[in-house]
Amino acid sequence: MKLNQDTIREMAEDGQRLDGRDLKEMRDIKVETDYINETSEGSALVEIGDTKVLVGLSIEIEEPYDDRPGKGTIVTNAELAPMARRDYESGPPQEDGVELARVVDRGIREAEAIDLEDLCMVEGEKVYTVFIDAHVLNDDGNLIDATSLAAMAALKSGYLPAYDEETETLNRDEKWKDIELQCEPITVTGHKIGDTLLWDTTGEEEKALDARLTVSKKKDGNIVAMQKGETQPFTADEMSQIMTEADEKIQKFREILEAEVGE
Amino acid sequence: MTSSDEDIEWFDDEGKRVDGREKDDLRETEMEVDVLTEADGSAMVEVGNTRVIASVFGPQELHPKHLQESDRAVIKMRYNMAPFSVDDRMSPGPNRRAKEIGLVAKKALEPAIEMEKFPTAGIDISMEVVESDGGTRVTGITAAALALADAGIPMKGMVSATAAGVVDETPVLDVNGKEDKEGNADIPIALINYDEDGEHTGEEITLVQMDGDLTQEQVEDCIELAKDGCRQLHEMQQDAMLEKYRQLRGGDE
Repeated sequence: MKLNQDTIREMAEDGQRLDGRDLKEMRDIKVETDYINETSEGSALVEIGDTKVLVGLSIEIEEPYDDRPGKGTIVTNAELAPMARRDYESGPPQEDGVELARVVDRGIREAEAIDLEDLCMVEGEKVYTVFIDAHVLNDDGNLIDATSLAAMAALKSGYLPAYDEETETLNRDEKWKDIELQCEPITVTGHKIGDTLLWDTTGEEEKALDARLTVSKKKDGNIVAMQKGETQPFTADEMSQIMTEADEKIQKFREILEAEVGE
Repeated sequence: MTSSDEDIEWFDDEGKRVDGREKDDLRETEMEVDVLTEADGSAMVEVGNTRVIASVFGPQELHPKHLQESDRAVIKMRYNMAPFSVDDRMSPGPNRRAKEIGLVAKKALEPAIEMEKFPTAGIDISMEVVESDGGTRVTGITAAALALADAGIPMKGMVSATAAGVVDETPVLDVNGKEDKEGNADIPIALINYDEDGEHTGEEITLVQMDGDLTQEQVEDCIELAKDGCRQLHEMQQDAMLEKYRQLRGGDE
């Protein structure tokens, strides 16, 4: 597929793409919450073009860490299923899966989207842990954005099950309350091929990718997390451009989220 | 099997099961072919609240070379449950149970595939359980067979699979999670369905497992019940394939 990569690079120079989109144009985005009927406390299937990511929440009761007895925990994990791409190997999370999980996690954690004190049941003894598990089913590029969006949609539609003090277990059939979100960080990624910046890359385009910059922003516009990926450098101007152009994508993501899981 | 078994009302006054089904009813089942773009073939099968996505890559070059067979294809099979597919979160990645199921699922499908047509090649089959309520391995096999057909891999017959079990000494088809966990037994069965001109001409059983405490007669009843279920599933598989190819041709029929 070297041929395709060369073509993609040449086209990018002229501001063109294989699928005919403009450089800033996103593919169709679909969000379906409550995709999992019974076994998950919040879930969302997100499709960006042919990329398909399923996020499911699992809520467990655990002991808090010693240094923060009044706070619950969030754990983010991502699995790249072998079915998602021809060159994925089955097995435990590879480097890509670990980076994906950590970048998604950082956006949520640093924005303090979830009030960890709100997850405390009995100080020093019992707290809720919110597991955010992403299952990548089909990878046609822009995984970080798709996974972050799915995570936010799952959290927005998610709930904490009731805690039964007598049995010291969760009563999963009974909802205690919604997961309260203090703010809603949105994570989007700008990509660079040659000297051209572009958005929402396909799997094919990502084989020709030089660099990417992921930006997580809160509603007030402040940036809470960033991650540069791939092998080539950015100039400061390119990074500024991505941070600026990110706003339009973030706004679009917010509108899609509102439409699917509005207040 | 368990003490709680006797306490459960397995059938209501009308003989309906805990989820309202008759003894020989499958759960509500949906099948969709070609749900993924990266894999060569794919399918999703939903049986009640059990939902499995299956994919096929290949036939393709097999590495490392020493795994190749000179006269036939080699199948690699993965069965995996997503962490959120069960009530209490499951650690990511296949555990020992998942590896065994991958093995028996491979044995359930392999006899149907015309392996000798693809010497030295590899066929990768993978199943991801995204939600489970009993019967994940049989639902996975039914989905994987559709994915194989979607990938255009020649088969002697379509494989379909379901489980029968016994609750309150009564054989029931397609046991759900509760009937599986708390009933007397669970017998997953897979069939290769042979058809000629729409006529059912026979079948071969390629998967049998059992755990429980049953008489031989009960086991035989369960196998017959499961075979009936497999035939119903096979009809739905044919419909799902037709649905896809109708769409491809852009016509109604």
